[in-house]
Amino acid sequence: MSSTQEIQTGVAEILEEVAGVAPADVSPEKSFTDDLDVDSLSMVEIATAVEDKFGVAIPDDELGNIKTVGDAISYIEKNQ
Amino acid sequence: MSTSTADVVVTGMGATTPLGGDVASTWEALLAGRSGVSRLTDDWAQEFPAQLVARLAVDPAEQIDRVRARRLDRSQQVAVIAAEEAWRDAGGADAGVDPERVAVVVGTGIGGALTLLDQDDILEAKGPRRVSPHTIPMLMPNGPAAAVGLAVGARAGVHAPVSACASGAEAIRWGLDLLRLDRADMVLVGGTEACVHPLPMAGFAAMRAMSTRNDEPQRASRPFDKGRDGFVLAEGAACLVLERADSARARGAKVHARLAGAGATADGYDLVAPHPEGAGGARAMVAAIRDAGLTPADIGHVNAHATSTPIGDTAEAMAIHGTIGEHTLVTATKGSTGHLLGAAGALESVFTILALRDQLVPATANLDDPDDHAAVQALDIVRREPRKASFSAALNDSFGFGGHNMALVFTTA
Repeated sequence: MSSTQEIQTGVAEILEEVAGVAPADVSPEKSFTDDLDVDSLSMVEIATAVEDKFGVAIPDDELGNIKTVGDAISYIEKNQ
Repeated sequence: MSTSTADVVVTGMGATTPLGGDVASTWEALLAGRSGVSRLTDDWAQEFPAQLVARLAVDPAEQIDRVRARRLDRSQQVAVIAAEEAWRDAGGADAGVDPERVAVVVGTGIGGALTLLDQDDILEAKGPRRVSPHTIPMLMPNGPAAAVGLAVGARAGVHAPVSACASGAEAIRWGLDLLRLDRADMVLVGGTEACVHPLPMAGFAAMRAMSTRNDEPQRASRPFDKGRDGFVLAEGAACLVLERADSARARGAKVHARLAGAGATADGYDLVAPHPEGAGGARAMVAAIRDAGLTPADIGHVNAHATSTPIGDTAEAMAIHGTIGEHTLVTATKGSTGHLLGAAGALESVFTILALRDQLVPATANLDDPDDHAAVQALDIVRREPRKASFSAALNDSFGFGGHNMALVFTTA
């Protein structure tokens, strides 16, 4: 089980790798599309990377509900 | 406003090649007689009959941002690198041209083969859910043109001719047509290729099209030489910026050369084998010279397609000899660069333009002992070292599997 802080750090690492987002810019209230400029194809890559890192699969219908970094963190927390 | 007789000029050039990461370093290396060819050291290559390739001199990773690069196939990366150099050279960003009047035509012979094959490995090993969501935009053959279109903000249209090793030259001809038809005011044209991978290598080798001179990599690509035994696969991209002469002049653009004419034909002979006397190529040359309003006597220099294959080089020599004659100075730069497939026609157009600018014809590398064929013997093929000459018009040939023939005529600015 990862802590909330560990999950946020892990998500930030994924965002840096996939989309070049600086870790300092990543915080729970940030919107992937509006604030971090992550496009829909990159969201699919992020979902795959989350599965690899945390062992949490995000089905497509759930992925559509994940709008912010905080949404992703809580989804991972609940399902890990 | 414009008519089909509008003068079209070249105002920008860019390239990344086995000889250098830009136009200047590539040209310098070509004139210095350097070779871009090396022997593959990868494990997979060791059982291959043909183990030679001409890799990029500068890794695209050094020229393009990591995050941007991971969404682009290597063929797209090199296209963008060459396009951005050409665009900078032309002053495209400051030209004040409406993006809705900027078009892109960038061709490729093979397209995103590396992505296709790498993702197939992932599919086989890990299943369909692990295939990258970027797979399709990275492998589609219009992918390089689309990536370049985004890079320069082109909105007049983005096109991707696909005619094997004539693709780069066809893109240039297409750009000429767009400007003559007044469908755009600036057109970024070019070709790209990056398919060094076991499958294309095995496929070309199975056709017996590649040189197997594995022990002498830098001597393997030898156009018109008696000892030639096939081409050497190369990777890279080259681009030009084309504009109508009047608008280029009006904005004070530097003009490298005039793109005076183009000719395109199809062999109608065989899917792969060139016509043995180069009849289709000859017709393309005649058409290009006529389109330029010139006569064969005006063509002082020919950058030949000559890939170092036994049949192709002789057929082209016959076509050049028959249509242009013995006065023209011929070179075949693939002796140094290897064969860039869909980028070849664009890169060799850059060389043709630079030869016009510098009044200097680069040497055909490795042409130690010209073929006995009468046409090869009769032509004045520049070898050993570059030759100074005085000429105002030059022609670039490009031919592709499928029987595609392109000829482009450039004249001094």
